[in-house]
Parts: sequence; C-alpha cells; structure tokens
Amino acid sequence: MTALRWALADGWTVARRDLIHWANQPMTVVFGVLFPVVITLAFGYLFGGAVEVPAGADYFAFLMPGMYGMTMLFGLSSTMMAVSADVAKGVTDRFRSMPMAPSAVLIGRAVADLLNSVLILGGLLLCGLAVGWRPASAGGALGAVGLLLLLRFSLLWAGMYLGLLTREPGAVVAIQTLEFPIGFLSNAFVAPGTMPGWLGAISEWNPLSSTVAAARELFGNPGWGGDSWVARHAVPMAVLWPVAITVVFFVLSVRLYQRMDR
Amino acid sequence: MSAVLAQGLRKTYGTKTALDGIDLDVPAGTVYGLLGPNGAGKTTTVRILTTLLRPSDGRAQVAGFDVTAEPRRVRAAIGLVGQQTAVDEILTARQNLELFGRLYHLSASAARARAAELLERFGLAEHDGPAKELSGGLRRRLDLAASMILAPPVLFLDEPTTGLDPRSRAGIWSAVRELVAGGTTVLLTTQYLEEADQLADRVAVIDSGRVVAEGTPEALKSKLGGDRLDVVINDPARLDEAAAILSATASGAAELDRDTRHVSAPVADRVSALTRVLPALAAAGIEAEDVALRRPTLDEVFLNLTTTGGDR
Repeated sequence: MTALRWALADGWTVARRDLIHWANQPMTVVFGVLFPVVITLAFGYLFGGAVEVPAGADYFAFLMPGMYGMTMLFGLSSTMMAVSADVAKGVTDRFRSMPMAPSAVLIGRAVADLLNSVLILGGLLLCGLAVGWRPASAGGALGAVGLLLLLRFSLLWAGMYLGLLTREPGAVVAIQTLEFPIGFLSNAFVAPGTMPGWLGAISEWNPLSSTVAAARELFGNPGWGGDSWVARHAVPMAVLWPVAITVVFFVLSVRLYQRMDR
Repeated sequence: MSAVLAQGLRKTYGTKTALDGIDLDVPAGTVYGLLGPNGAGKTTTVRILTTLLRPSDGRAQVAGFDVTAEPRRVRAAIGLVGQQTAVDEILTARQNLELFGRLYHLSASAARARAAELLERFGLAEHDGPAKELSGGLRRRLDLAASMILAPPVLFLDEPTTGLDPRSRAGIWSAVRELVAGGTTVLLTTQYLEEADQLADRVAVIDSGRVVAEGTPEALKSKLGGDRLDVVINDPARLDEAAAILSATASGAAELDRDTRHVSAPVADRVSALTRVLPALAAAGIEAEDVALRRPTLDEVFLNLTTTGGDR
C-alpha cells in the first residue's frame, strides 16, 4: 500500500508544479479561460444569425453545450503539448532517474490538466450564463458537467499517448490543426441532418456529438433531434465513448511510458 | 571499491549497434571522464548507468546496485545532469529545488531547508525570477543543484558545460571539484578535452561504441604521441622547408599552421630533438623565433585515437 500512497503523493507533487505555473504566470491562465469565451462570442454573435434553429429557440441555447464539448476537445493538444515538451526538454528523464513513483509522472499530468479544464469550463459556463444560456435543473447541470469532464479525462490519455509517441512539441501543431475539423464534424455547431448524408453519419458517431447531445439533454437545452440509434442514445454513448477511449489510451500510454527504456 | 562497474555493455537498435561492449571501472571518490566524438556512445552509456535505458547485453552496477535488477536503489544513489538543462523553466530556482526535494521524498520543511542550502552553495540565492530568465551557466548550476538534493554518492554529468561561455564553464568546474572534495564520485562525458584534462582522474576514450583507450590523462598523452616540438619560423616563405626538415629529423610527420607560422612534430626523445632538429634548421639558414617542447594536448591524442578507428 505504501507504493500506492507514494504514487498519489508524488502524483500530487507533479500536479502542483502546474499549479505553481498558474501562480507564476497568471496571464497564461487568463488567456486559457478567455480563448473559448472569445470563440463562443464570435460564433454566437457573428455566425449565430445565419444558423437555422428550431422555431422560438435562441442559437446560444444550442451553441453553449457545443462549445463546452469543443473546449474539452481542445484539451487534447494541451495535454500532448505538456507531455512532449517535458520529454523533449529532459524533464521526464530527470523524473525517471529519480527514486520517485514512476506512475506519478502520468498521474500528475492527469490531475493538473483536469483541474485546468475545470477552470476553463467554469469560465465558459459563466460566459454562457452571461449571454442568456440557462440549464433547466441543478442536478441535470451537474450530470452534464460530469459527462463533459469525463470526455476530457479520456482525451487526457489520448494526449499523453500522442505526446509520448511524438516526443516533440512541433507535432502538436498537427493535432491542433485537426481539432477544429473534428469539432466541426459533430453536432456542436450545426445539425448533422443538414450535412451531406455520409458526413452527417460520421458527425453523429463522433464521440464529441454524444457528449454534446447528452449535455443538451441534461442541461434541458434544445437539441437537433435526429432519429439515428446513436442520436437517440446520447447519454449512454456519452459514457461509453470516453470509457472506451480511456481504456485504450490508458493502456497504450502506460505501455509507451514503461518502454521509454527500450 | 568501484562506484561504477560496467561489463560488456551492449545496446543495439535493430541492426544498428550503439554500444559494442563497454567495460568501465570507476573507483569511488574519483572523477572519470568519458571522451568521444558525437555518436560514439557516451550518452547511451550514461543513460544505461542511470536506469533510463536497458542494455541489450552486459551488466552494470552503480553504488553496488545492479542497474537492471535494482533500478530504484540505483536511482536513490545517483544524481543526473543530462545533456539538456532539465529544470522547470517557469518555476523559480527555489521552487524547482523544493519540488524536486519533495519528489525525493523529503518532508516539506526538509525540502525547503535543503533548497535554501543548495541555493546558497551554488550561488543562486539572489535569483527570484523564473528559471528561464537565468543565464545558461546559472541554469546549469541549478540543474547540478537539483541533482545534489540527496547528496548522492555517484553523480553523472552528460556534457555539463556544452554551450557555456568560458567563465560559466569554470564555474561549473569549481562546483564539480567541490563535490569531489566532499567524496562524490563523478562520471562525466564531454566533447571538451580540456575539461577531461582539468577534471578527470581517469579517462576512457570511446569511439563507435567501444573503449579505444583508457588511463590517466597524463598516461594517455605520453602513450599516444609523446612530446612535441613546436617551432615558430620567422620567414613564412620557408615554412614548407622547415616542415620538411622537422619531418626528416624528428620522429614523425610535421604539421604546420601558416597563420601562426608554427611547425610542430612528435619527438621520441627530448634531448635528441633539441640537438638534432635545431642544428638542422640552423644549417639550412632558417631562423626560429620561438622553440618549445611540450606534451601533446588531449585534443591531439583524441584525434589520433578516433580518426584512425578502422585499424584498432
């Protein structure tokens, strides 16, 4: 049991390193919170008028849950960036040459990034409230936030895997470039029903769509509807997808980390 | 007692051989230098000895523990200053040392006290900004300090002064000397032969994953070349003539440097060099501005060893 205790204690110390970053560079945190807020306002006020929404509804009611999901997706590249930068700069090697719990490096990254996402999601929720978005019930809202963070948790492990795989921050740009198309190819901004048939099908099966549709359902916000199987089972799929991603990438990243000595 | 003992270390990646049987024996309390050109296998050796990499074959013990069987014990007994400066750039020097102290499982107060002590000792106490604002030399010292948190008996330095200006380099050297005076065993790799000459008690020259020579810097220098005769010639037009005379009368081919009007050649016997070479020059009417007998630089030994690799 002491091994587990040290894994958690060391993991928290590694995570605390990021918290000290926040204190030392508060502007980075502020910009991190502001970035999705700015995108949200741009989408809502600039494009919102052009998007057709069901009669009587406000575009922000559709957009906000989509942006919450999108923000979780952006976490993929930030995790990848942090992991690959540490590998490239030799910080990971320093950790690995120390008598600390080896798992703490990954645990610490997971905790720090999840805390960061809580902060960013919190900022965006406040932005939503400010532009008139409202959840129907507190219980539903908690469930929706839980599902959003579950998606972020699963993308953490995908980001760690990609960071350990590429080992250089330059590769992060490729993933950052992909995040927008992946986000657009979902129900976050427009109804998949308005897309060409096959694209619409891909969009509906996008894990982000399940999380966003489930969040809309739990927040009590209007959804796009859709009668495909995956659209009608948004909440269970919003659990299944992240659990599957987590299992796959947790195993892959731990294996890759352990094999850094090959 | 050996602080580091390696036998037949091999590391292969597919068909590529990075290490081809390295043997090392570093006595406790000494400084050991690993010299070699880029890609010779210095860093691979250090990575195996610090448990970052598994050897494909061979065994190694550090501070008495086997690197593959007891990596945790090895890690508790070593410090590593890797090729890159591996400190957190956003944290201050103090925050870095406290964080690493906690990861070495010191209590919060012990980590604070140790950080303060090391900041003082490594001349970092008055720097409060993020580590990225420190000069290269200070950042390297912080790196060294972070490796010394547990005062480990064995310290590995992988090219500790690469990219530093001469003053910062001298600062790192004196820090290393202090550590050695305190009983730490140091294994360092370097591209700077002067560094090995200055710091190391013994040197292993590595080329293509093998140890091609081993011994004290002095022994290596005298074994591989003996003394050299340096002559500075007055008239640049007669440099080639002077070189030919040196080649004929000294014990090896002469080299010349036209810019400094230097001609130099190896000599087996110091006395005969002066009694034969200089009169031959004088007989040819070539005036020497300066003459000196000296030991070869480690650079010359190194080039001699690593460029003729094929027949060794």
